[in-house]
Amino acid sequence: MYGNAYIDPNEKANAMIAGEDPIKLAEFEARIARGEKIEPKDWMPKEYRKQLIRMIEQHGHSEIIGALPEGTWITRAPGFKRKLALMAKVQDEVGHAQLLYSAAETLGKSREDMINDLITGKSKYSNVFNYPAYTWADACIIAWLIDAGAIINQVANAKGSYGPYCRALDRICTEESFHLKYGHDNVVTLATGTPTQRKMVQEALTRWWPPIMHFFGPSDKISSHTEILMRWKVKMASNDDMRQQFLNMYVPKIWDLGLVIPDANLKKNEETGKWDYTEPDWDEFKRVINGGGPCNAERLAVRRMAEEKGRWVRAALLRKDEKYVTPLA
Amino acid sequence: MINSLDPRIKREQINEDNTIAPLTEMDQFETYEVFHQKKRGDQHVHVGIVHAPNAEMALLFGKEQFGRRGLSVNIWVVKTSNVFASDYDDADIFETVPEKQYREAGGYKVMDKINKYKKENKA
Repeated sequence: MYGNAYIDPNEKANAMIAGEDPIKLAEFEARIARGEKIEPKDWMPKEYRKQLIRMIEQHGHSEIIGALPEGTWITRAPGFKRKLALMAKVQDEVGHAQLLYSAAETLGKSREDMINDLITGKSKYSNVFNYPAYTWADACIIAWLIDAGAIINQVANAKGSYGPYCRALDRICTEESFHLKYGHDNVVTLATGTPTQRKMVQEALTRWWPPIMHFFGPSDKISSHTEILMRWKVKMASNDDMRQQFLNMYVPKIWDLGLVIPDANLKKNEETGKWDYTEPDWDEFKRVINGGGPCNAERLAVRRMAEEKGRWVRAALLRKDEKYVTPLA
Repeated sequence: MINSLDPRIKREQINEDNTIAPLTEMDQFETYEVFHQKKRGDQHVHVGIVHAPNAEMALLFGKEQFGRRGLSVNIWVVKTSNVFASDYDDADIFETVPEKQYREAGGYKVMDKINKYKKENKA
């Protein structure tokens, strides 16, 4: 799951390349334009490194935190098979975090620093996980639709320019295909079930629709900053384009099940070929991303507890002669 | 106290402001490069890294991380610090010149000579 890193659109583009060697910058950009990948030891602009670290790290944090609302339901998933499947899915997500942290590490930020920034609230993670999974149906909606959104994002980013991130995403996307089918199967089971089951899944969809619309982030400002990130293949698609792609693929599937999406304005505009919808509440998005959501405090407190509880085990295993070097690829 | 919907978390009675000391250097150990073999007869191929306190645990984590879908029959782990790599800046060491056709199979056009010989000696 879950990549939707938030790149601050307010940074001045001019500052992005200030002080960079123009010859090296030109070679770097030519390499990307030829479709070649950038590898860890290559020369890269400072801003490229910085934006990638932030993006990949946030993506990794999202996998870790995303495991919490879903993990809640492992013991209460209906039936043995669903417990097994959900456990496998949550394990996958934690594995994805490790793959992503490894990719970010190749850019020079240690895993310790990334975890510290997560648990102190300095780094962000996908905003959707600041909302709780009230019922089993919420866990099913997450597995289907949040993973669907994440796949759209990850498939786009897998074509980016940074080799280690692309390799991690290729591996991640393979596993996500199971998550998506698993989530869809669960939602279909509820939606084609008893009236109580249908009610449950409808309520979960109603709760999750606003966070889902927030998932890809606010419309990108058309700025030279965004242009440079696109030229460097750090950002592969605009937030609005990804949201449109999601709506195009999943609204019909939701409607097929006779479920109601809580947005009276949602319809495909035949003239533009795009979806019209009510503009999501971006003040709410900002409020939650800055700590005001229902679960922000819980998510981080749980992570801190886990780090603290495992610390003595790691300390006991650490040998004094060990030395860290940056991973190769 | 966190009043979670998750009964397991509720039982832990966690305080919201449970500040902890930051993780220190080496808390996450050093890294091992992981190579896996998809099936017998294939080469081992690099697939990524794991953080581990020793080689035995690196093998365990490597299996969990990269052999999750039955795609491996064997894995190797090597400490990252024990790998010596060439520099991408030195990629020109791999460049070659067209005159090195003498070491390519395509550099030898025997059929041309044979055909010419046959044609000339037909009579």
